[in-house]
Amino acid sequence: MSAQLLQSLLSGLTVGAIYALVALGFAIIYNASRVINFAQGEFVMIGGMAAAVFVDAGLPLPLSVVAAVGLGMAVGLLLEKLAVEPARGAPVVTLIIITIGASILLRGLAALVWGKKIRPLPAFSGDAPIVIGGTAGGATLLPQTLWVLGTTLAAVAALWWFFNRTLSGKAMLAVSHNRLAAQLVGISVRRVLLVSFGLSAALGALAGVLIAPISFAAWDVGVMLGLKGFAAAMLGGIGSGPGAVAGGLALGLIEALGAGYLSSAYKDVFAFVVLLAALVFLPNGFAGRGAAERV
Amino acid sequence: MAFRSLWAIAALVFACAAAAQPEPIRIGAFLSVTGPAAFLGDPEQKTLELYVEKVNAAGGVLGRKLQLYAYDSAGDAEKARAYVKRLIDQDKVDALVGGSTTGETMAAVPLAEAAGLPFISLAGAVVIVEPVKKWVFKTPHTDRMACEKIFTDMKRRGATRVALISGAGGFDRSMRAECLKVAGSAGVQIVADESYGAGDSDMTAQLAKIKATPGVQAVLNAGFGQGPAIVTRNYRQLAIGAPLYQSHGVASKQFVKLAGDSAEGVRLPAAALLVADTLPDADAQKKVVASYKREYEARFKQEVSTFGGHAYDGLMIVLDAMRRAGTTDKARVRDAIEATRGYVGTGGVVNMSAQDHMGLDLTAFRMLEVRGGDWQLVDFRN
Repeated sequence: MSAQLLQSLLSGLTVGAIYALVALGFAIIYNASRVINFAQGEFVMIGGMAAAVFVDAGLPLPLSVVAAVGLGMAVGLLLEKLAVEPARGAPVVTLIIITIGASILLRGLAALVWGKKIRPLPAFSGDAPIVIGGTAGGATLLPQTLWVLGTTLAAVAALWWFFNRTLSGKAMLAVSHNRLAAQLVGISVRRVLLVSFGLSAALGALAGVLIAPISFAAWDVGVMLGLKGFAAAMLGGIGSGPGAVAGGLALGLIEALGAGYLSSAYKDVFAFVVLLAALVFLPNGFAGRGAAERV
Repeated sequence: MAFRSLWAIAALVFACAAAAQPEPIRIGAFLSVTGPAAFLGDPEQKTLELYVEKVNAAGGVLGRKLQLYAYDSAGDAEKARAYVKRLIDQDKVDALVGGSTTGETMAAVPLAEAAGLPFISLAGAVVIVEPVKKWVFKTPHTDRMACEKIFTDMKRRGATRVALISGAGGFDRSMRAECLKVAGSAGVQIVADESYGAGDSDMTAQLAKIKATPGVQAVLNAGFGQGPAIVTRNYRQLAIGAPLYQSHGVASKQFVKLAGDSAEGVRLPAAALLVADTLPDADAQKKVVASYKREYEARFKQEVSTFGGHAYDGLMIVLDAMRRAGTTDKARVRDAIEATRGYVGTGGVVNMSAQDHMGLDLTAFRMLEVRGGDWQLVDFRN
């Protein structure tokens, strides 16, 4: 394998893992409420910005990371409590528009409170690149890449355990399958909705913290990451966990290989062309079950 | 009766006083103080206010006080047009300084030309002064000059096969186009031309492609914002041996902070203002940049930017022209601006002519190298 190919693959996997985390956030909220949460990208921004601000304020890095994820989660819970829950009787489209409004609000607040400066976050374990492929012509990866991949893997495993082995997780799955039946057996749909926002906000913030040492944190990074995460979720089949992960990784690889071998000017174009093709030819994504509309 | 005559005398005295006070010189400004280009307009506005105040405290120009009419065009060409109309028709200004962005400037150009009003733009693009417009001048250096400066330095180090990597923003694309245009005449060959999107988080794929391109002797990143810092980090990660050049778009301490150790050895062209403290005392610009920096920072408690410096130069060139013309007559002031020679400003030494309404040459840029987390001048003056 040539060094360039290996390098492109590594780059694609790193970015893809971040897209996967964002896509998982989309999937969790979609399952609980059929709402596409367009504020998902802002959770990523909040995670990265908060961690950078905390480190600047003198907090140790591990504590800053935990606090940033906690803050992201708190914002997610507040968003659900203050904006989504009061409108729970409203049609799904209304809720989606509420999340768009929330994303604009969050972005504005971040620019106001934290400023428009781009902020760096130190890498979790140094910047010395690791050479793989042996020879001097080999590819290199940063220790942070391993953190991104490892943490994403751990997060996916934890989610699998949560949804398949715990009562709360199963309750959330039940709501996603049939809301009315879940309610009839005594599951609190309101609580499920709250947990889903908290969980996906935490995932988004985690993605933001992981990527910040590689790409920096700024008040406006959420828009593009949110959009790419949404594309990944659609590619994998909206609402599917494994699909979100596969979609994220596929999107990252397509972008990196396209930029490396075809033309870097059309890097974003490849991603969205693939998304359009998927919507036309594979409307339910890789993992789509075929959402049959019952009449 | 006695009272009435007293009033009459008082009125007469006041009338005389008013007549003795000459009309102020009106300076019109339209700047992007808010909006996406606020980082340009904000220091420009502050600079104009500060120096109008200072000039007035020193007695004004031609024995007349200055009065500043400044409007916030918020980066919007349509607003800029409306405000310039107002400055011309209502405020009846004697000269125009402003237009933080190229879009705002170009919207004002037809109005200034039609009204016959001396206009000094603070925006970057070459189109403002090329082709030459009778009433329009500009103070900032252009990205074409940055390209030429960088290519000159590359050739000095023996690099003629150059790879280009640029972002998707307006600044990035304009600089890329200018660099491609002047590469041939500067004697370098562009062997790779990569780009990355706004908000991209990883550029190793593009850089790996550059690394795999045979014979690359130097790499130039035309970019603005966080992109160049990511490129710099990825560049070190891939251990590419060729020297890396950045553009004047990231000539700030912020870039060094973001890129960290990876920035070591990176070269970039920058205005003298950024290295005011490191300039040798013999440098022609040392005095003006050091005093501007000191006065601005003392007043506003924030770091100077080259953008505020452009406004300083614009105002000073107009006032200097008025002094030499001995009048504020618009046609004569215009001629005097065009005759500006050897004006030492924050942006460089300005020598205007009928063919050149910017008047800067490559000495306006200093080549810097990041060493030990700080700037070092590596200039051989050309």
